[in-house]
Amino acid sequence: MALGNILILAAASLLWGVLLRNHGRTWFMLIASVVVIFWLQPALPIRGADFFTPLATLVLVVLTWFITADDETRKQRKNIIILLIVASVVLLLNLTRFVPTSFQLITASRPPQLETTLLIFLITGLTLLALSRLTRFSASFLTAGLVLTIGLFLLIKIPALSLWLSSFLRTLSGQSLTNVSINDFRWLGFSYVAFRLIHTIRDKQSGRFPSVDVGEFITYVIFFPAFTAGPIDRLERFIKDLRAPFAGLNLETFYPAGQRLLLGLFKKFVIADALALIALNDTNATQVTSTFWMWVIVYAYAFQIYFDFSGYTDIALGIAQLLGIKLPENFASPYLKPNLTQFWNNWHMTLTQWFRAYFFNPITRWLRSWQKPMSIPMMILLTQVATMLLIGFWHGVTWNFTLWGLWHGLGLFIHNRWNDVTKAKAAAWTTTPTKQAALNVSGILLTFHFVAIGWIFFALSSPAVSWQVILKLFGVN
Amino acid sequence: MNQPVKPLNVLIKGLLLFTLFNLVIAAWQPGIGQFSLYNALYPGRERLPFGENPKQSYNLSLFDLDAMFASHVIAGTPKSDDEFRVIIVGDSSVWGTLLKPEETLAGQLNADNLNACGKNVRAYNLGYPTISLTKDVMLLSYGMQYDPDLIIWMTTLDAFPLEKQTSTPLVANNEEKVRELASNYGLRVEADDPNFEIKSFWDKTFIGNRRAWADFFRFQIYGVMWSATGIDQFYPDRYERAQTDFEADDSYHDLTAPLSEDAPAINALETGFRVAGETPILLVNEPMLISAGANSDIRYNFFYPRWAYDDYREIMFALSERNDWVYVDLWDIIPANEFTNSAIHLTPAGEKLLAETLAPYIMEACK
Repeated sequence: MALGNILILAAASLLWGVLLRNHGRTWFMLIASVVVIFWLQPALPIRGADFFTPLATLVLVVLTWFITADDETRKQRKNIIILLIVASVVLLLNLTRFVPTSFQLITASRPPQLETTLLIFLITGLTLLALSRLTRFSASFLTAGLVLTIGLFLLIKIPALSLWLSSFLRTLSGQSLTNVSINDFRWLGFSYVAFRLIHTIRDKQSGRFPSVDVGEFITYVIFFPAFTAGPIDRLERFIKDLRAPFAGLNLETFYPAGQRLLLGLFKKFVIADALALIALNDTNATQVTSTFWMWVIVYAYAFQIYFDFSGYTDIALGIAQLLGIKLPENFASPYLKPNLTQFWNNWHMTLTQWFRAYFFNPITRWLRSWQKPMSIPMMILLTQVATMLLIGFWHGVTWNFTLWGLWHGLGLFIHNRWNDVTKAKAAAWTTTPTKQAALNVSGILLTFHFVAIGWIFFALSSPAVSWQVILKLFGVN
Repeated sequence: MNQPVKPLNVLIKGLLLFTLFNLVIAAWQPGIGQFSLYNALYPGRERLPFGENPKQSYNLSLFDLDAMFASHVIAGTPKSDDEFRVIIVGDSSVWGTLLKPEETLAGQLNADNLNACGKNVRAYNLGYPTISLTKDVMLLSYGMQYDPDLIIWMTTLDAFPLEKQTSTPLVANNEEKVRELASNYGLRVEADDPNFEIKSFWDKTFIGNRRAWADFFRFQIYGVMWSATGIDQFYPDRYERAQTDFEADDSYHDLTAPLSEDAPAINALETGFRVAGETPILLVNEPMLISAGANSDIRYNFFYPRWAYDDYREIMFALSERNDWVYVDLWDIIPANEFTNSAIHLTPAGEKLLAETLAPYIMEACK
């Protein structure tokens, strides 16, 4: 989100929190979130894509709600009203295609023809109707929803599939394929949307899904402060805040929210943006020749990505607090942690927790349930490497993200084994506060440098350039 | 006893302090540009900051002369007893478009290890990529504080037209400096020249002038990349070569043949000599591409029709003789294949040839 977007959203939330308090707060959050996903979607070279992409998000969210909601909730009349209102908002946005271009402020480019949107509504409505006519709601719908979401995720994240998708969409809209590129199609916020949808489907499968109406569900999935950069909240927790009466903003509630927002703005737009000028990237990776300066730009990247990401989290938390929603924390001084396990427990915490809950723990349980279980170290190696590889793939299915995932997966495994072997010795050695501090500081430095070197794979686009940077860091040219 | 924080009071006090801070900045106009991490934390830059694409060039255009010079190597190099200090002013050909710092005229002269008056010649590149004599005088005037032994002033006809004098953004944003030159040295400037960017009180506040402040801080940060890479401009793999075929057009601005001494901004040239005072100036008519393409009988190159340039050279000879200026006309010393993307931008080999041609004049300058 750009600074202007953030300030407008913060001002709107502040005004609502101060003036209207609990009156229509959930409606405000729902409608604002629907508008914001259209507003933030950047212009795309594929005709109409910047309108249809957020619309596809909404359709996917509604379908997911439909297959996860229980029969009683699904049949409630208020859901139809909510859906009609959401559809009206989308139609109103679509109608802005008829206003002069200078007044088309919500969408990045002129909205497409109304007929196509109406057709999408019709197809969605008919799908919902067909699903609702089924006398027995099959669990296979949940599996299908899961497959669809993961499939879409792969379509976007795997470069070859993205290129195919771009070509397909260009052909569909009658555009030339001459300049087709994997960057043609960018589905803003889909990574986070996908995580929330998978979370709800999996919770439904395990019987932990709370009863929510479609408005609450849409608000949860596309909640505007956290739409682009998280954190990934859990539905039960979010609904608790959403349903709790909100007494409105007073000085005591405004102060921490404002402080958090300002801190986030400072982290993102002052520190991170300044560091971005000198942080490692594909261009300067090849231009910097000395070891000293290579370390400087690697450090700059390590801190830039932290301040950028945690700044956005602070902004999201601050704006949400203005509306009485307390989103979960996402960062807790990760670079001050003395080992890699603790680093990952404090870096992008909601993502780590998500993977722990929906991948690491289930796969560990599954491996343990084998008739001839494998050795513990092998199990740890497998689960940690697989988890970190998946986190890497979440950022993009490329060789560099694969290497980044492997780097951290193996790092976590080595730390686990090292800790197992040396725990007793370390405890025996750290008999004084000085020794404890020395161990702690050396752990922090080692962990930070391990993570910083890992960021090289993350920041650059090719393993060859990453390797060159690593060689330069250690004085090998 | 700790008193509870009253957020509203904090907010009001914060706003008041911020307003006060803005007003103080607007009224005081601190010379923040004199503070620089260059020449302290990072090495000074070999040429004045200029860049439209900071992400690729690690450089950006500033209008604050203090900040520009504070980042230059000349500001961090105390003049030693055995240094014969040469400053070179001029346009983009001196600054060195498409050239690495060591390939520019100043860089090539330094590589030659010249001697003058028994001292080591050290050349400083004070060129700037816009063409205006007034801009040159302004930079020359600033450069005088670094005690040069010789000034090399590279000029070309396109720096003379009156309408180009103040339209270059560096001049337009430094009205006070130009007016100073007008009152102290008789530089001719219109009282109500519309090119000047006149700042209102609001424009001088921190908020009103935030772009300049941001640029200043960004420029300091880019010092890291300058130190790490030695890169201060974007070097494209390919560029369009200077034009050699032309329309049959002999127009030059709104001037007509023959060119008279009144038409070009000779006054700016004279001002430069007054600013230099006792310091000798080597006035050089810089080399340019002499085209052999279509209609080259009408035009020498993209910039000049033959009649205007021939007249200009005659005027320069006459002026130099009359004023006793040391003038060197090097207009045709570089072969056409040693020009890059413009009729005045040289290749490294072209710059080397130019440096070799100028070297004897520098060595004779102290006689």
